[in-house]
Amino acid sequence: MKKLNLDEAKIARGRELAGQIVQQVQTYINAHSTVAVERAILRLFGIDGVDQAEVPLVNGVVARLHKAGVLGKGVVYWLVNAMLQLQQSPQQIAEAVVEGRLILEQLPQKSAEEIAALADSLAKEALLQIRCRRKERTEFLSRYGKGPEPMLYVIVATGNVYEDAIQAQAAARQGADIIAVIRTTGQSLLDYVPYGATTTGFGGTYATQQNFRILRQALDEVSKEVNRYIHLTNYCSGLCMPEIAVMGALERLDVMLNDSMYGIIFRDINMKRTFVDQFFSRLVNGYAGIIINTGEDNYLTTADAIEAAHTVLASELINEQFAFRCGMQPGQLGLGHAFEVDPSVTDGFLYELSQAQLVREVFPDSPIKYMPPTKYMTGNIFKGHVQDALFNTCSIMTGQGLHLLGMLTEAIHTPHIHDRFLSIESAKYVFNTMRNLADEICYRPGGFIEQRAKEVLDNTLCLLEQIAGIGLMEALAKGYFAEISRSPEGGKGLEGVFQREPEYLNPFIPLMLEGVHEDD
Amino acid sequence: MTDLTNVKPYGDTLDDGMVQLSFTLPVPLTNATKEAARQLVVKMGLSEPSVVHAGEISNTFSFFIIYAKCRQGIDITQIVAPEVALEVLSKKEVDDFIKQNVKRKLNVLGACIESDAHTVGIDAIMNMKGFNGHKGLESYHEINAVNMGAQVSCEEVIRKAYDIQADAILISQVVTQKNIHITNLTKLADMLEAEGLRDKLVLVVGGPRITHELAKELGYDAGFGPNTYAEHVASFLVQAGKLQRGCGKFVT
Repeated sequence: MKKLNLDEAKIARGRELAGQIVQQVQTYINAHSTVAVERAILRLFGIDGVDQAEVPLVNGVVARLHKAGVLGKGVVYWLVNAMLQLQQSPQQIAEAVVEGRLILEQLPQKSAEEIAALADSLAKEALLQIRCRRKERTEFLSRYGKGPEPMLYVIVATGNVYEDAIQAQAAARQGADIIAVIRTTGQSLLDYVPYGATTTGFGGTYATQQNFRILRQALDEVSKEVNRYIHLTNYCSGLCMPEIAVMGALERLDVMLNDSMYGIIFRDINMKRTFVDQFFSRLVNGYAGIIINTGEDNYLTTADAIEAAHTVLASELINEQFAFRCGMQPGQLGLGHAFEVDPSVTDGFLYELSQAQLVREVFPDSPIKYMPPTKYMTGNIFKGHVQDALFNTCSIMTGQGLHLLGMLTEAIHTPHIHDRFLSIESAKYVFNTMRNLADEICYRPGGFIEQRAKEVLDNTLCLLEQIAGIGLMEALAKGYFAEISRSPEGGKGLEGVFQREPEYLNPFIPLMLEGVHEDD
Repeated sequence: MTDLTNVKPYGDTLDDGMVQLSFTLPVPLTNATKEAARQLVVKMGLSEPSVVHAGEISNTFSFFIIYAKCRQGIDITQIVAPEVALEVLSKKEVDDFIKQNVKRKLNVLGACIESDAHTVGIDAIMNMKGFNGHKGLESYHEINAVNMGAQVSCEEVIRKAYDIQADAILISQVVTQKNIHITNLTKLADMLEAEGLRDKLVLVVGGPRITHELAKELGYDAGFGPNTYAEHVASFLVQAGKLQRGCGKFVT
């Protein structure tokens, strides 16, 4: 229900500007690839495992080609050529390369047509696996159904994947609909994906394919028990974004944190690297039917929630356009924002209501991800519980989609089991007792909430005009988001970006852009 | 009148000793479990426990809220609070201090040097996101924080220090083998000395195996161990700068 009397032409203008901004970057993306994208392709071809030094085989293969200066043709070209020459599987070839028994670029080369033809059929086979996992999800959802929106989203973070599985099941039994397993802090800056199950992390586990599999199995078990499909979330971010997308697609994750700019701003990852990586990762996420979560909520942990509200909306519009260019549907975009207004501000709750309703109305078909208060949470857990209750109230009043539960102990420790329990109990209470409140409420025409939303929308258009004028890379350099400035040549991972040669081969991009058809 | 030599918790009457507790037991909720929770509180040394709420968290966990009385008192007159060597300032106080006293942005260089490939420590201090809810130095308006990441050679650190006219260098050493962190740290200190830079900037090291004592011994201005956040380091930087102003540090 529309309640803010927003000018639809302004919203359309915002989309148009965001589209222009993204298109400039897309031109760059289309001319480049990265080592992480190429490694993701090898994973799609089924290459798995590590060498004696624990280096993933996919890293070994891609690093050798990069060093030899021949990666511009794409790893597919060299791998498929070797398959044609040697009649071996991708895994066998990767092992031979890593053990030094085979140098891909020194093999005789088959014709480009022959290579492209086999590459295409191999890619179709790989994508069939992803579609199977997607179909499984659809079947589970029709069999068990899912929780009503706002869906209750909680985090587990023990550092031991087997303990995480126990806590995740306990949370589902208490009423959680979505479970995220916190990732080890440092992983976003690793230029490889660790291998195997994590049992000794600090407040998090690595995003590994094995960990994904363990949690998926635990949640499938508990889904059956509670007769509700429990969604699994992980972090498709950092230097290995495309590879993690592939792992998630293959292990049927349902939700992925996957922002087009978060790594640039908050992890100082090079922007060129991130833009190219986010494109391929979102192609995979889109194709796998995964819901992505964007990270605009983080802007408000550094910048002020009232002053910087328009940067959140601007970034959401940009994130949306990036996602559309990867074939993602509005229903897959969990655009992020947060309840972070300083609790001491008079009428702070009205600002929150206005912003939450605004985001809801600008993106009517997307499952908005709403994040709880963190910045102004203190050691006073009793006050914290009230702050979270107000957050719950705002969420149900504005129809948010994915509701990340606030914890009364937010500022103290990763959640204890009863912190999560109290939080779920409180959210269920608020959501139930106010279930249809939103349908009964409209906001006073010309009143504070309506005016505030208009002001934020106007400021958003202003900001987008400016960014469109100077380009997104320059805007990031000037610190337009979260007041952090990043240069196009700075940050980590630029050495892993390379220009695609005219012969560059990557059949996955066109195949995934075609999307998944219902009759598949 | 409260007896300062024997202070007890206060509920609604002086010396009633009222405390509230909540905890989870990893067992299913039954009458026996409830009684177990009550008796556990007695074992904690509290008396007259009353289980006011018992809830089933799942079929294997039970949650309790309990009121009880604390019979112990404490003599506050005998308490000596340990002196904090460092006055920890808030982010705003640090920014204000720099604005008023240095009158330009402070250039802070961070790196995890030589053999060490672990950025987690330097990132926790430097990066915007910080750690555990404590924002990093990048979020300080008056600090220009440059994080070089991991496996940075001492030569690169020094080149960058000239480049950005560093007021301070923060070095992280996380993972070490056979005390290689000592070798790395000594190398950097010696090279800074040879370049004539040592007295012109504040040099700080941090890491799980670092103590302040060790840092001083190696010729650093300060060393920070575990549980250090950006505000600790920033507070030290402005305070060290203040103390040593006049010998080159932080003076434009």
